[in-house]
Amino acid sequence: MNSVWKNNWGGDRIMRKPLRKGKISSLRRQIHSNWQMYALLFPFMFFFFVFTVYPVIASLAISFTEYNVLEAPRFVGLSNYRRLFLEDTIFQKALQNTLVFAVITGPLGYLISFFASWVINEMGRYTKAILTFVFYIPSISGTVYTIWALIFDSDIYGYANSFLIKFGFIDDPIAWLTDERYILAIIILVQLWMSMGTGFLAMRAGFATNEQQYYEAGAIDGIKNRWQELWYITIPMMAPHLTTAAVLQITAMFSNASVSTTLAGNPSTNYAGHLIMNHFADYSGVRLERGYASAIAVFLFAFIFIVNRIIMRALRKVGQ
Amino acid sequence: MENIKKKSFRKVIKAIFSPRTERVSRSKYGNAAMFIFIAIFAVFSLIPLVLSIGMSLKPINELFVFPPTLFPRNPGFDNYKMLFSLINTTRVAFSRYFFNSLFITCATTAIHVLVASMAAYPLAKGRFPGKNVLNQMVLMALMFVPAIADVINYQTIVSFGWIDTYMAAIGPNVAAALGLFLMTNYITTISNSLLEAAKIDGCSDFRIYRSIIMPLCKPASLTLIIIMFQNLWGQTYSSYIYSESLKTLPYALSQITTGGYIRAGAGQAVGIIMLIIPAAVFIINQSNILETMATSGLKE
Repeated sequence: MNSVWKNNWGGDRIMRKPLRKGKISSLRRQIHSNWQMYALLFPFMFFFFVFTVYPVIASLAISFTEYNVLEAPRFVGLSNYRRLFLEDTIFQKALQNTLVFAVITGPLGYLISFFASWVINEMGRYTKAILTFVFYIPSISGTVYTIWALIFDSDIYGYANSFLIKFGFIDDPIAWLTDERYILAIIILVQLWMSMGTGFLAMRAGFATNEQQYYEAGAIDGIKNRWQELWYITIPMMAPHLTTAAVLQITAMFSNASVSTTLAGNPSTNYAGHLIMNHFADYSGVRLERGYASAIAVFLFAFIFIVNRIIMRALRKVGQ
Repeated sequence: MENIKKKSFRKVIKAIFSPRTERVSRSKYGNAAMFIFIAIFAVFSLIPLVLSIGMSLKPINELFVFPPTLFPRNPGFDNYKMLFSLINTTRVAFSRYFFNSLFITCATTAIHVLVASMAAYPLAKGRFPGKNVLNQMVLMALMFVPAIADVINYQTIVSFGWIDTYMAAIGPNVAAALGLFLMTNYITTISNSLLEAAKIDGCSDFRIYRSIIMPLCKPASLTLIIIMFQNLWGQTYSSYIYSESLKTLPYALSQITTGGYIRAGAGQAVGIIMLIIPAAVFIINQSNILETMATSGLKE
């Protein structure tokens, strides 16, 4: 009776026996005998459900209503979504910006993290520690990234302008952060600067734990250079870490609104740096159209989830 | 003489490029290319920080110099002094802001590490109905954008009566999914025979958690502390906390630096001050972090 759940520690696959009479009582016994496990889970799960799971469900519900905080929500069916996809041209601009932003910062930040942790892994002990710190520190720099606002300041005292004027590339200062041609590029640059966070650490650790004997065996089997070594030995071995780093990278990429707001304002000139999160902040915090804002949130969450699934599936192939 | 020079130079190169054991299949040109790659990105990574530190040490009369200097000509701590003298003239004392920040950060971190390690043991080693669903939910929560929850969380906090208390800052941050995910993965690597032996000796799950899991997951705990500390230390919580006496240090400092360009140096000084503690915590604990992240692999 007790074998409904496969009896192995930490096994992640559950074997269900075919449905039969005693199943319910067996399930009850399972729950009863594991009451301490549930008790251990409870404190975390209480906060988790209240502050993470419930907001997702509530956002989904509110996205079908018109809700301005002051009055009770009024059910409007799919009209928020219709407005989002068909009528809101600014959302389309935001979606386009977000895609450009994501397609550039995502893979590029990921590749830089990957190569940096690969190269760092070949260095000596102290160099390793120092370089890891150097690459990681921008992601925890907090408000230090506001220095970019000074670098791209619009008058001649900005570092970028004065540098370009001094060396004769331009005659007049460029208003970097209010000129729609440059806003998105600068936001991408700053995001790249900050992109080596927890995902980078996961990769660093993935490289650090790969064992030496595999490389020696590989060399005997005819691996000639470090590229082959990387492709045939290292990457397959650290596929799980690559997946973790990808998940963290994708989520971080889509959820950052503060860089755009701090540097270019919200909304930025002609919405040139407008990302989906900025659009959400605009409707939920400024216009108080919470129903519509929730529809944006639901869309974003679904979007991130789908992108993650695709990437994870692709990375699983790499691991084999 | 020439020989010694060559030797010491070689020593320096070796100190930079000495892996634990000699790697096979490495070419000199490859090493050089990698060195250039890493140097470029290290410089890219550091320049803004260097500029920021330089800016924070600039006296006011150097702010409008053309061309702007990377390093101040007469570096001084004027900006830092100004910050402290300004913050001492506020109605609420500086020490109060500092205490608020420290208390909220430490309390949240402590609760987070405790509840996450408690929940991670069943999720890693248990076999009970509902385990896979919960694990999948945690994985999905990694893909969640926290800012989306703010609006709903505000209403939850109001209905709990937590608004304008420390709990409003602590509650929503306690159950961070990343912490639970890392902790669960780390605990999965603890040997099963150890736990089975304890079971046979008559240990309850509480006892196993208390006597085996808790001591063994120390590196993971330290990692969670660092990640949590870095996330929370700079937060203002301005949407949940209104009383001046409960506000945090970043909030007070950000108020000072909204004084326009003339406060640009002070603004960077704030950034540097706020960065010192998380950076120090990271430096001290780097090896623990890497040990924990080594188990962070995601298998589908």
